[in-house]
Amino acid sequence: MTDSSADPAPLVADFEARLDADETIEPRDWMPERYRRQLVRMISQHAHSEVVGMLPEGNWITRAPSLRRKIGLLAKVQDEAGHGLYLYAAAETLGISREQMIEQLLAGAAKYSSIFNYPTLSWADIGAIGWLVDGAAIINQTTLAKTSYGPYARAMVRICAEENFHKRQGFEILATLAAGTPAQHAMAQDAVDRWWWPTLMMFGPPDGESPNTAELMRWKVKPRPNDELRQRFVDLAVPQAKAMGLTLPDPELRWDEETGTWRFGAIDWEEFRRVVRGAGPMNRERLRVRREAHDEGRWVREAAAAYQAKRRAPAGA
Amino acid sequence: MDAPRDTQGLLWEVFVQEEGGAAHVHAGSVHAADREMALQSARDVYARRGRVASVWVVESAAIAATAPADRASFFEPAFDKVYRHPQFYKVPRGVRGI
Repeated sequence: MTDSSADPAPLVADFEARLDADETIEPRDWMPERYRRQLVRMISQHAHSEVVGMLPEGNWITRAPSLRRKIGLLAKVQDEAGHGLYLYAAAETLGISREQMIEQLLAGAAKYSSIFNYPTLSWADIGAIGWLVDGAAIINQTTLAKTSYGPYARAMVRICAEENFHKRQGFEILATLAAGTPAQHAMAQDAVDRWWWPTLMMFGPPDGESPNTAELMRWKVKPRPNDELRQRFVDLAVPQAKAMGLTLPDPELRWDEETGTWRFGAIDWEEFRRVVRGAGPMNRERLRVRREAHDEGRWVREAAAAYQAKRRAPAGA
Repeated sequence: MDAPRDTQGLLWEVFVQEEGGAAHVHAGSVHAADREMALQSARDVYARRGRVASVWVVESAAIAATAPADRASFFEPAFDKVYRHPQFYKVPRGVRGI
C-alpha cells in the first residue's frame, strides 16, 4: 500500500492542476500526504545540515589567522544558524514541531548533508568549504528558490541572498593562501584535494539511482535533476581553480568541445553511501558535540519557560 | 511544582519594515518565551544586514487567517465590481488630468 492511496482522487487532480499552472502551495492548502512527508524530510534535513555545518567551521573561529578572517567566519557561522532557523520554521508549517526535528537529529535518526562528516584539518579547509561547499549549496538552493512549496521557496530566497558572501570569503581565503609561500600554497592545494570529490557528492546520486528525484520533480519540489546541477557546479569551479593557480584532483577532467562542458571522472558512490550510513570520519563527533550543546543549553530553555509561565499566571494567583 | 519542560518556546511571526514609510512584510518565524525575547531573536535572525527600520512580532496563535477552501466564497464579492475601478467611468476625449 502506498501513502497516496488514501488521498481522494479529485483533490489530487486539483493539486496537480495547480502545480501545472505554476501555483505555489501554501501551508493550509490541501496536499497529498506523500508531498507533505517528502517536504518534511527534505526541509528538516536541510535545516539539520545548516546547523551541523556550523561545527566544522566553528572549530576554527578561535584560530583564524587575522581579525579580518575572524569576523568573516563568525558572521558566516552565525548565518548558518539563521539559515537553520528559517528552515526549521518552514518545516514546522507542515505540522512537525521543532522539538520533534531536534529530537530526530540528536537521536541520530535524521540525516544531514554528508559533507559535514569530513574533518577540517587546516585553516585552508575553511577556504575550501566556503568556495566549494557553499558554492555547491548555492547552485542547489538557487533552483530550490523556485520550489512549489511557498515557505520553503521563501526561505531559499532569503538564504541565497546571504550565501554569496560565504562563497566569496572562502575563495578569498584560498586565493590568498595559493598566492602565498610554497607551504601556504601546498596547504590550499591539500584542502582542495580533500574537499573536491565530497563536494561533487553533495548533489546526490546520479539521476537514475536517486530514489526520490522523479517524484520530487513531478511535484516541482525539486526543479532540476542532480546531474545537471553537478555539471553546472563543475563548469563554474574549473576556471575558478585555475584563476587561483590550484588544480582539481581529477586526472580525467577535460574540456568537451561538443557539449561546451567539463567532463569529469567517476565519483566513488561507495564512499558516499558509507558516509551517509554513518561511517564517515566525523559522524560520531558531530552528533556528540551537537548533543553536548543541546544539553548545555537546557537550563536556558527551562529558565525561559519558567519565566513565560510566571508572566502568564493570572495576577495575584 | 512540576519541573519546567524542555521546550522550544512559543511560535511567533516576524514582520520586517525595510525603510521608514514602507509596509511591514512577513519575514518568517522565531521561537521565544515572551515578546522581548521574540523581538531580540527576530533581530538576530531576520535583521543581520541592516536595511531594517522596524520589526513586529506577534504570537502565531493570535493570527486569524482565511482558509484556502473559503477562497472562492470569501473573496467572490470583489470579483464582479468593475465600478470600483477607474476604467469603469467614461471621460470625454481630450480631457486631461483625470
